[in-house]
Amino acid sequence: MDSGIVSYGIYIPRYRILPAEIGRVWGQNGTAMGKALGIEGKSVPAPDEDTVTISVMAARRALARIDLDPSMIGAIFVGSESHPYAVKPTATIVAEAIGAAPVLTAADFEFACKAGTAGLQSVLGLVNSPDAQVPIEYAMAIGADTSQGAPGNALEYSASAGGVALLVSRENVIAEIKHTVSYTTDTPDFWRREGMKYPSHAERFTGVPAYFRHEQEAARLLMEHMGTEPSDYDYAVFHQPNGKFPVRVSKMLGFSKEQIQPGLWTPKIGNTYSASMLMGLAGTLDVARPGQRILAVSYGSGAGSDAFHIEVTDLIDSYRRKSAPLVSEEAEKKIEIDYAVYIKLRGKLKMEGE
Amino acid sequence: MGRLAREVAVIGIGQTRFDEHWNTTFRELGIEAGYRAMEDAGISSRMIDALYLGNMSAGLFLDQEHISSMIAEVVGLTEGQVPSTRVEAAGASGGLAFRQAILDVASGLNDIVVVGGAEKMSDVPSSVATEFIAAGADQAWEGLFGATMPSLFALMARKHMHDYRTTREQIGMVAVKNHRNGSMNPLAQFQREITLDMVLNAPPVAEPLGVFDCAPASDGAAAVVLCDLKTAKDLSEKPIKVIGTGQGSDSLSISNRPDITSMRATKAAANRAYEMAGVKPKDIQVAEVHDSYTISEIISLEDLSFFEKGDGGPATERGDTSLNSLISVNTSGGLKARGHPLGATGIAQITEIVQQLRGDCGERQVRDARFGLAQNLGGTGGTAVVHILEVV
Amino acid sequence: MAVARHWRQQDQRYNLAGTRCGVCGGHFFPRRLMCPVCHRKSIGKLERFLFSGRGKIESFTIVHDPMTGYDLQVPYIIAYIALEEGDHVLGQIVDCDSSEVEMGREVEMVFRKLSEEGKSGTIQYGYKFRLI
Repeated sequence: MDSGIVSYGIYIPRYRILPAEIGRVWGQNGTAMGKALGIEGKSVPAPDEDTVTISVMAARRALARIDLDPSMIGAIFVGSESHPYAVKPTATIVAEAIGAAPVLTAADFEFACKAGTAGLQSVLGLVNSPDAQVPIEYAMAIGADTSQGAPGNALEYSASAGGVALLVSRENVIAEIKHTVSYTTDTPDFWRREGMKYPSHAERFTGVPAYFRHEQEAARLLMEHMGTEPSDYDYAVFHQPNGKFPVRVSKMLGFSKEQIQPGLWTPKIGNTYSASMLMGLAGTLDVARPGQRILAVSYGSGAGSDAFHIEVTDLIDSYRRKSAPLVSEEAEKKIEIDYAVYIKLRGKLKMEGE
Repeated sequence: MGRLAREVAVIGIGQTRFDEHWNTTFRELGIEAGYRAMEDAGISSRMIDALYLGNMSAGLFLDQEHISSMIAEVVGLTEGQVPSTRVEAAGASGGLAFRQAILDVASGLNDIVVVGGAEKMSDVPSSVATEFIAAGADQAWEGLFGATMPSLFALMARKHMHDYRTTREQIGMVAVKNHRNGSMNPLAQFQREITLDMVLNAPPVAEPLGVFDCAPASDGAAAVVLCDLKTAKDLSEKPIKVIGTGQGSDSLSISNRPDITSMRATKAAANRAYEMAGVKPKDIQVAEVHDSYTISEIISLEDLSFFEKGDGGPATERGDTSLNSLISVNTSGGLKARGHPLGATGIAQITEIVQQLRGDCGERQVRDARFGLAQNLGGTGGTAVVHILEVV
Repeated sequence: MAVARHWRQQDQRYNLAGTRCGVCGGHFFPRRLMCPVCHRKSIGKLERFLFSGRGKIESFTIVHDPMTGYDLQVPYIIAYIALEEGDHVLGQIVDCDSSEVEMGREVEMVFRKLSEEGKSGTIQYGYKFRLI
């Protein structure tokens, strides 16, 4: 058996704001904006939530679905573009909060929206080399974010919050990761300078030369290496900054609507950035059956895509999915808020003494 | 159980008005209460053997510790290097200082002792005062998790309402009664009566408690002069004897107690005081009960055995704790209307009981007051001190 | 800056980790180094005990006048919770409307931010509760 995913856990904050409500404040037709972006609503973190709390919740849920002594986890990497500390890793707090400390390695990753899958590739490398310098049996990669859109900017409709934790190993695998390949270039489509509160982007440049190029190149490279075609896969999951891009890129590559459906969650919860593709993967694993194949391709601005060829094993039949919420269940637990409450929750109000 | 080695009596009392004293410093508050008590006792400072001070938080409110030395100096006692001791137990600091002074005199170490209580709370913004007051509860396991002092009493209130069918109205009636009493006390912070409607419709602080269920943050000081009974009879026409003192402790946080609808520290302190005094609850005519929050008076009425468990609310509603009813509770206006400078409260409770037992309370006089009781609490009941006094 | 003081309590706050007396079997949260029943006999015999985080609401209040650092969350709910192991804790109830909170409602622990030491200081994390 190849190494792969042993367990996964997700977390989505409960609050939701709808496009119509955002549009109302900015004199835009919010409903139309929502339709154009393929987004029905986005998740908003509570004032006491951040990338750390979301990562911990996702990690705990991954562990709730299996019986594993957490001290067996030898590595934790957390990828995000909204770590609460610029210096002091989210991963160390997760380690203490799930009982994996102190014998492990940990670090935080940054690569825009693909920081989580960058972590995934790293933990795969670690568990794949038991005889090498770093003997690690179980390792965890987390992608989590509480992304921000500048007020009035189009990103405000989509930038949301969520987290996905993947535990990998060579044993007890429910979904093997048979191959991974990445396509990386220096493409400045979307960035945030140190100290700035909101990211900037190059508008339409973020499309064809950025998202579409890297997603397609990575997907094609993977299928070339594996000798596969779109029809060889049961499911495909792409990075989903809105509800439209993943649909378009899947079509360009030759995948069908049915193949991407279980993995398309941005329409319901917005773009969870480092959790985006992983949330789609989790949603797919929620329904996948033994023997099914998944092509999963993330995208991170700056830019790069990580592609994975995943095959579901028989062990998924005895996997305790029900011990933690499914993506569909989390997405449905909503508390709708208006723009004023949204501003309060997102810390955009200057409080006394600030 | 315990016995005092010799009898102790109060021969002088003094108090500032409790208020927001913008123009008065902490030191000045201490002086005013002190000289009033000395005037009332009719003695000179040269006769004072020791000073005890109750103060919760000069360190937090004023960045000043070591106030035992500070106050001894401003009242002129350091000229004779008079021993001075500061006592702290959150809101029970005053009552506990009074007890320490009693033990000092009763032991025979000293004959004439002054006990003061003082606090200055208005120099900091209310949000900061909230934080400092919460330091009287469990900062690590209650405060850090968002619990303010009123919220802790609100939790106790809702449980009491659930377990004993105490009503929101009954709880509110405590404030109405105490404001009515306060309107007859020239030194009370609040001089106006309030209606039950005002209490029920006040802005919420921690539901079900609102603004009128909570004692204010105040500035003020109070002082009493204590001496052994023999000396008291020589110096005073109307000495008031301390016949019982009791103290009890309980966990700092409410979660470590078996029942949050009762404060065990009060029960223990009261039983010890009643036993020492040789009196029963029904013998008490007038009582100062710790109403930092309205629910605290209701729970304390039960813990002091004035009423059955669960009857505190109905008793208040029946008027059994009103002036000259079954037992006159908080004739001073209580913490609610008289004000609650944390360290001063315990001493102010004693000054009220002494005045009542002397027959000096005018409009708010309790008829035939012979035995009086004062109960002082720290935080949510981590400390309780109970004193019983009798006309000589 | 109370960095060390907060750090010392991390395990208890993150994991609801208390202690269990190896002599009488009683468990405690927050942790104790000496059992209040067994006293000195229990010294050195207290083991780490993880509470499940599940419990029931035995009292609650809605706080309008906040504690420092809780301003953005006003009004917020504080509950007195009976954990399924029997011990009690105080905790904030999150992610619901105050009208949904009732005596006896079941809750489960979640991991949230408690406070921070200003914008440049450390962040304190710990347990809060959600209605089940």
